[in-house]
Amino acid sequence: MAAAHGIEAQSLVRVFKNVRAVQGIDLTVAPGEIYGFLGPNGAGKSTTVHMLTTLLPPTSGTASVAGFDVVKDGPKVRAAIGAALQEAALDPWLTGREHVRLQSALHGIRGREQAERADELLTRVGLTHAADRKVQTYSGGMKRRLDLALALVHRPTILFLDEPTTGLDPQSRSALWMEVARLAREDGVTVFLTTQYLEEADVLANRVGIIDHGRIVAEGTPDALKAQIGRPTVEAAPSQAAELGALAAVLERFGEQTEAAPGAVAVRLDGNGDLADVVRALDAEGLRVENLQLHAPSLDDVFLAKTGHRLEGDEQVEA
Amino acid sequence: MTTAGEVAVIAWRSIRRTLRQPANAIVLVFPLMLMAVNSNGLKAATHLPGFPTDSFLSFFLPFTFIQGALFAASTAGTELGRDIDTGFLNRLALTPLRGSALLAGQLGGALAQTLIQALVYLGVGLAFGVRFAAGVPGMATLVLLALCIGAGFASAGIWMALRTGSGEAVQSQFPVLFFLLFISSMNLPRNLIEVHWFRVAATLNPVSYMIEGMRSLVIEGWNGEALALGFGLSIAFVLVAMTASTFALRKRMART
Repeated sequence: MAAAHGIEAQSLVRVFKNVRAVQGIDLTVAPGEIYGFLGPNGAGKSTTVHMLTTLLPPTSGTASVAGFDVVKDGPKVRAAIGAALQEAALDPWLTGREHVRLQSALHGIRGREQAERADELLTRVGLTHAADRKVQTYSGGMKRRLDLALALVHRPTILFLDEPTTGLDPQSRSALWMEVARLAREDGVTVFLTTQYLEEADVLANRVGIIDHGRIVAEGTPDALKAQIGRPTVEAAPSQAAELGALAAVLERFGEQTEAAPGAVAVRLDGNGDLADVVRALDAEGLRVENLQLHAPSLDDVFLAKTGHRLEGDEQVEA
Repeated sequence: MTTAGEVAVIAWRSIRRTLRQPANAIVLVFPLMLMAVNSNGLKAATHLPGFPTDSFLSFFLPFTFIQGALFAASTAGTELGRDIDTGFLNRLALTPLRGSALLAGQLGGALAQTLIQALVYLGVGLAFGVRFAAGVPGMATLVLLALCIGAGFASAGIWMALRTGSGEAVQSQFPVLFFLLFISSMNLPRNLIEVHWFRVAATLNPVSYMIEGMRSLVIEGWNGEALALGFGLSIAFVLVAMTASTFALRKRMART
């Protein structure tokens, strides 16, 4: 199933009336790679996916998917890709099995092969027990898993997943991550995954592109991106609120102040000491702290450093 | 997959989801209820000089077919609107499905529903004593005309869905078509409508000629002019609405 070509885009732009949703994106995704496209709501992630999956013509720029131009070779691109777009688009009145068979039929899979493929995919995503139930009885996680199965019906070499775990509980999210990772590892499927969850990008993606206001502001492996930010952050909250200023003065000896929780002070260590030095300095000044934390750089720090604001993960977890 | 195969797959889904929604039973029952009420409440109209039959049920029965066709069309349009709204159309757009097959499949689903309804209405009419002046071939012709009219309304519903992209928007627009039904010759022959503006409106309203084409088969026999007008206007309606739907689909399903 491994593809010879991945995804390439050059100066991809999409304008809706007066809004430039995507403002010149360049990206390359290697075959077999999981690429995490990380950004807040409205950053241009879904618009990019719609262009790469041929559902939306670009205003300008070029892109090829699986070696085919997304504008000139739309049908060939669609034959090579699978996609689970935002919000699992399912018919509440059909069963899971009927969905798979409908999708298979439209991809030209017929007869016994269609029935076998339905069984195989429903087993793979753990929906065998619910295969003959109407989708209106499914939970959010089950719908997402069925959505993934439908994207795989015709054995695509490239898979687009647009915020596949938004709204899912941690258990369903983790199960979906495992399946996506398995697809890339065992089947060699190239995965283009959009997400607004830092952890998802960190856990799943080989490389991450951070998008904000329609532009990619940083790109690389999660470790490389974090390394760009460099040193860890120390955050401390005094036992007595009145000592916040004194605490800040001590911490500033070790680095520049950065964003902290209310009632706390944080500094990004500049190399003039480590956590032990900070503790000794606080002790020497007679300052007692209620809370002291060392934060390794996260993708959120990368996002903050590159965009000037934090990634808003306004998630709503299903009950 | 052939275009015919794709049409069958889309129509299969449309029929299946329609049959599984209990609320759609009203689509079948409501026209029968209206027929029961009107054929009793308005039967005095048969005493008017010049009224073409002494059975108001025979006079009114064809309207039931048209009302059923309109409901089936509303269902088709609303469900396509929901498909757009929920992203299901995007799912279909990512398959090799041809746009023409999508339109024909949606239409096929609506026509299957119209056919089932028409057979039920025909059976109920016959059970309650309606006799067709045009005989059994007339019954078949009436069902065929009902399907043509149903195709016209369904095409309009599909067009509305593609234009608005919302099931709720389609539902809100269908009362406009329903209004057309009521300012037609559904309750009285046009020559017996005394209110001038109403008679003019009914004369200008194509729905009047669709009803009269069907009605002619029940109470007159074979009236070439009435049938030509009924079939001609229905087919013209289908052609106009389907052409509009084709353009709307190109805009809505803007895949490359």
